[in-house]
Amino acid sequence: MRAPGTLAYLLLGTLAMARFIFLRLLHTVLILFGVSIVAFSLIHLIPGNPLDILLPPEAPKEVVERLKVEFGFDKPLYVQYLGWLGRVVSGNLGTSVFTGLRVTGELLNALGNTFMLAVPAALLGFSLGTMLGTLAAFNHGRALDKVFSIITILGLSMPHYWLGIALVVVFAVIWPVLPAAGMGGTGGFPTSWEELRCLILPVVTLSMIPMGVIGRLVRSTVLEVISQEFPTALEAKGLRRRRIVFHVLKNAAPPALAIMGLQLGYLVGGSILVETVFNWPGSGQFMNLAIFRRDIPVLQGTVVVLASFFVLINLMVDVMQALIDPRMRR
Amino acid sequence: MTGHIARLALTAPAALLLASLCTPAQAQGTLRIAMTASDVPTTTGAPDNGFEGLRFLGYPAYEGLTLWDLTRADKLAEIRPGLAESWEQDENDKSKWIFHLRRSVRFHDGSDFNADAVIWNLDRYFKPDAPQADPTGGAFARARDPWIVGYRKIDDYTVEIDNPRPISYFPGALAYLFFSSPAQFQKTGSWTEFAKSPSGTGPFKITEFQPRVSATLSRNDAYWDKTRVPKVDRIVLIPMPEATTRLAALRSGQVDWIEVPPPDAVPSLKAAGFEIVTNSYPHVWPWVLNFAKSDAPFSDVRVRRALNYCTNREGLVTLLNGLAEPAAGVYHKTDPYFGHPKEQYTYDPAKAKALLQEAGYGPDKPVAAKVMISTSGSGQMLPLPMNEYLQQTLKECNFDISFEVVDWGTMLVAMRNPPTGPQSRGVDAVNISLAHGTEFSRFTTFFLSSTFPPNGFNWANWKNPEFDALVDQIEKSSDPEEIASDIRRAHEVIVDDAAWLFIVHDLNPRAMTKRVKGFVSAQSWFQDLTRVYME
Repeated sequence: MRAPGTLAYLLLGTLAMARFIFLRLLHTVLILFGVSIVAFSLIHLIPGNPLDILLPPEAPKEVVERLKVEFGFDKPLYVQYLGWLGRVVSGNLGTSVFTGLRVTGELLNALGNTFMLAVPAALLGFSLGTMLGTLAAFNHGRALDKVFSIITILGLSMPHYWLGIALVVVFAVIWPVLPAAGMGGTGGFPTSWEELRCLILPVVTLSMIPMGVIGRLVRSTVLEVISQEFPTALEAKGLRRRRIVFHVLKNAAPPALAIMGLQLGYLVGGSILVETVFNWPGSGQFMNLAIFRRDIPVLQGTVVVLASFFVLINLMVDVMQALIDPRMRR
Repeated sequence: MTGHIARLALTAPAALLLASLCTPAQAQGTLRIAMTASDVPTTTGAPDNGFEGLRFLGYPAYEGLTLWDLTRADKLAEIRPGLAESWEQDENDKSKWIFHLRRSVRFHDGSDFNADAVIWNLDRYFKPDAPQADPTGGAFARARDPWIVGYRKIDDYTVEIDNPRPISYFPGALAYLFFSSPAQFQKTGSWTEFAKSPSGTGPFKITEFQPRVSATLSRNDAYWDKTRVPKVDRIVLIPMPEATTRLAALRSGQVDWIEVPPPDAVPSLKAAGFEIVTNSYPHVWPWVLNFAKSDAPFSDVRVRRALNYCTNREGLVTLLNGLAEPAAGVYHKTDPYFGHPKEQYTYDPAKAKALLQEAGYGPDKPVAAKVMISTSGSGQMLPLPMNEYLQQTLKECNFDISFEVVDWGTMLVAMRNPPTGPQSRGVDAVNISLAHGTEFSRFTTFFLSSTFPPNGFNWANWKNPEFDALVDQIEKSSDPEEIASDIRRAHEVIVDDAAWLFIVHDLNPRAMTKRVKGFVSAQSWFQDLTRVYME
């Protein structure tokens, strides 16, 4: 055992971290491979092909079949899959059957729109959740604990779409101060207050579940940490309350970080329901559209990219946890 | 962190208050429409998203050799000259049509519309190895105009289009085939790039296109028909598939016009001062019956008629808050082609029961039938509550109806395959809204015995020699009176034989603010947006 602070100790620690990251990245590749096969198989289990949906109802089978050949959908499934995989490895996610546009560009666009909601919603949800959870725990058993617990439970249990519709009814219809839907312009990053205010209702709606989840988790973790002996010892040593809270929160952070990672993954994946209610052209709506159209290239590309995000976010969380708690590196 | 949150909590209401001072920005003369489509329909002149795609990204920007007269609300929209001024059948060979093109028409990019442009576009649709070949657009064209087997340029403003046999109703089918600018295609290099800066001949130019977000149509001041130069500067088209979202967008002033408001929102919209515009149009919401199953209960005409007599259409109209009309045939009762069928289907449970008894059915032996219904889909109205209502009312007459609930794509696959195939899952009927126009071409694909799947869309496998003979006569005739009389008779045959269960006609509802003026709700799937203006 090397003494902490020595070069050898630091080197060993860095090596352990590098090995940890490498193994997790290896897992990521395997996970993505599995995800792509599952997504490809599932979409082919549903009757109907993109061209069946694209063409008008009166298009006879012969016309549909001819177009299927032109698009290569007549080939065996494994040939279609391998062809797709080959293109993805070379960085090409293909083109949409419906729009003829490149999936990469369209997906980046949709992801950009989702990020515009996900990042502020995560910041809002995580901060509110942490604040309410911590305050509830430090006021355990008092009225404040009950009030904050009710707020977090409400955030957790209220259906997204219901809250979204309710907010629209109140703030866009009854008291028309905010837009009901859309991005306010032709899409892209908000450049004016007109466009910025379109973010308010969907961001608030989206932040409710993370707020609830994190609030509940932080409350119970902080309570657990407080019940340990070290906060009392710190208090006995005469440490200021602020420092004690810091130490308690540091010890409560790893589980909260793990859940924040998962929640951020969900948010970046785009909420189909919230994006539908607010007509927000993000990744959730993009994927929903691809499912109903059976737009295989779009669906495949989206699933793989979103799964990558999810896995990468979790990897980052694991790394952060390992940085905070060296025991995690083993 | 808590301090930051507290500041945020304090500033949020202030931000809301500030927001309340803002009103939605609106340019003068801009009409904003929320469509039911889930994406902006293709902008290349071969729009997807069904007839809604043709309505908004088709006719306003592109035109066919023939077009629709959408100026009247009191009569059915008829075919009128479009990019062709006139047409006639070749006197020596009636399977050939000669089209005389309109002169002085220019595409939005300034290039000329002429016979070369027509041939170039026909190659786009029908010649797979042409440089401008458009596989998807070509499939649309082959689906809607399956009778084009040849074409040639006669001179700069005359073209010939050939059919496999004389087909009198062929010019009507050309209203679905649009012409895009060859010069613009040369400039852009592909249909994907063309979609970003499209060029047609219509009264509007597509000036902005953001997939899934919006498309903007701008007035074409150089439009060839000076009586139809648009009054409005711009139209912004927004795809909004969720009915509640469309409703909220209208009520909050984000859009001026929504397609298909939910029926239960109509009273509150009217109370809030919005206009609900409806009109009859060629639409029918039926059950297409399966004639091919060996144990098909509907192969007996008495059972089919009983089904039609036991359908409480008025009740269904009430359920839809008046946004539909009872259907007693494929055509509307006021349609000149409705004719005078012997069977006039009203709600008559006693007659239905008597017919069933005659056919050997009764309380102890109900007619058991399974119907394929979709959860949603183009023109499908509200399939779940409407079918549940029918199920309940039909039970009174000893029909035991069950459902096979599928999504729209699954239903389309079933309809393109024989009714006995596994795709149809053994159902006895399919509830699918089929878009027939006032022109006869589409009608034939639903009922001719030569159009059983996979060759056409007669999924029912309904076969009637008299109907087939009448269509043969209609195709060969060039006398409009004779054709109209035969179409009426053909419709009478369908109604008297109860080929389908005729249920309701949709009323094409749309809701708009009172600022929208000049709109005439044509009796058509398509509408003329050139006369609309914003007050």
